[in-house]
Amino acid sequence: MSQTTVQPQTESKSFGGVQARGSAILNKARIAISELDFFYGDNRALKGIKLDLPERQVTGMIGPSGCGKSTLLRVLNRMYDLYPGQHATGQAMMDGINIIDPKVDINALRSRIGMVFQKPTPFPMTIYENIAFGVKLHEKLSKSAMDERVEWSLSRAALWGEVKDRLNSSAMGLSGGQQQRLCIARTIAVRPEVILFDEPTSALDPISTLKIEELIDELKVDFTIAIVTHNMQQAARCADQVAFFYLGEMVECAPAAQIFTAPKEKRTQEYVTGRFG
Amino acid sequence: MSDAPEHLVKSFDTELKRLRDMMSQMGGIVESQLANATKAILQRDSDAAGRAVEDDTKVDALERDVEQFVIRLLALRQPMAGDLRQIVAALKMTGDIERIGDYAANVAKRSIVLSQFTPPYSLAGLANMARLVQSQLKSIIDAVANNDTQTAIRVWQSDVEIDDIYTALFRELITYMMEDPRNITPCTHLLFIAKNLERIGDHATNIAETIYYAVSGEVLTDARPKGDNSAYAVIRSHDA
Repeated sequence: MSQTTVQPQTESKSFGGVQARGSAILNKARIAISELDFFYGDNRALKGIKLDLPERQVTGMIGPSGCGKSTLLRVLNRMYDLYPGQHATGQAMMDGINIIDPKVDINALRSRIGMVFQKPTPFPMTIYENIAFGVKLHEKLSKSAMDERVEWSLSRAALWGEVKDRLNSSAMGLSGGQQQRLCIARTIAVRPEVILFDEPTSALDPISTLKIEELIDELKVDFTIAIVTHNMQQAARCADQVAFFYLGEMVECAPAAQIFTAPKEKRTQEYVTGRFG
Repeated sequence: MSDAPEHLVKSFDTELKRLRDMMSQMGGIVESQLANATKAILQRDSDAAGRAVEDDTKVDALERDVEQFVIRLLALRQPMAGDLRQIVAALKMTGDIERIGDYAANVAKRSIVLSQFTPPYSLAGLANMARLVQSQLKSIIDAVANNDTQTAIRVWQSDVEIDDIYTALFRELITYMMEDPRNITPCTHLLFIAKNLERIGDHATNIAETIYYAVSGEVLTDARPKGDNSAYAVIRSHDA
């Protein structure tokens, strides 16, 4: 895996003894976003976004409501295709392909870029079927291969131990935290490369939240992850790099430690210290 | 940060201001401790010495208050960025200020012993050093109150002058001791006094580094100019 060092751009101040701000190693970009604009009708909700999602690392996206962070996730998953009047321009490059190009097949794209939402959205079927349903759309698997895939996904989502004896009962009977982990299992069952989390724990209790955070940490071994969160501590705990959005612009993106100890931009500083937002 | 807008949670601003006030109060007390200790040596004022020693308990109590308050802020506010740096800086600086108070009290205690001797020599060098250390301490305590990095850098750079005087005093005092063994007791105390003053200067530079980090988020790392060469000083008597 090739690695690039993110060099802080701070110039040495007049005094000679100034050390550059903390640096961290970020991997090469799995998705490279540049000059990305997004429009809800005439409303330009994203303005010239430039952001790399480093491979097998977690990118946290923070910012006040309406800043565009969730919109960006939806763009990467092409969610807006469903709505007339919404469109994106610019580049989001993955393996040399611009994924916002309308010619890119949306179903194939979504099997490579999965998404987990704020509220758990299990299908009204059995736990087993919840996982198998998505897989069947993309792959023809034998019964035993499917069983294996279901177990693998549920295990990766840290849910297998809790549900292995009731795979054929309804998913609606699971607790909120379990349902969310089921949705994560369903997302990884199709073996995507990138997983987008849109406030995945905002509807969960603190223990379930910590389980999901632990899970994200484990998942980044295999997947490139982007997580939108309103919880700054969560971004600090989970993310390798953090991007701060404000009014449709990406204000600052840096290793998490830098954003939360010594951000460069005044607006970032004011937001993370609770002076607006 | 004084120029930043208020927090959405106003009580957090109140708490940060209280932390700053506690630091200023502590700084004010150690400044007066050092002034009293200096007076005690140079003017043989035992009352001043007593005040410097007594004040030490106040400084210790304030240090504990600051520590507890900082732990409370970290637990309840989960500060970030500039706030986090300011709060952690307060915790570090309070340790430096407390130690400065200890050194000042020690200088005052030694002045009481010293007053029993008639000095066969001038205290001009020590007076000069004390004046410089007092001025450094005042500057750095003001810099703490105002988040003033320019002053902090100035203090950080000028510690070398204190070190130079200390090295000169070290040689001078050893010479007196070699001239007449009856000088050994007062000169040893004077040596410790000079060393204590020199250490106060060092803690002032620590505080300067902390202020710089708290305000800018960057670390002062260049080798600071240093002048304490007493560790290498060898003075031989003429007949050796």
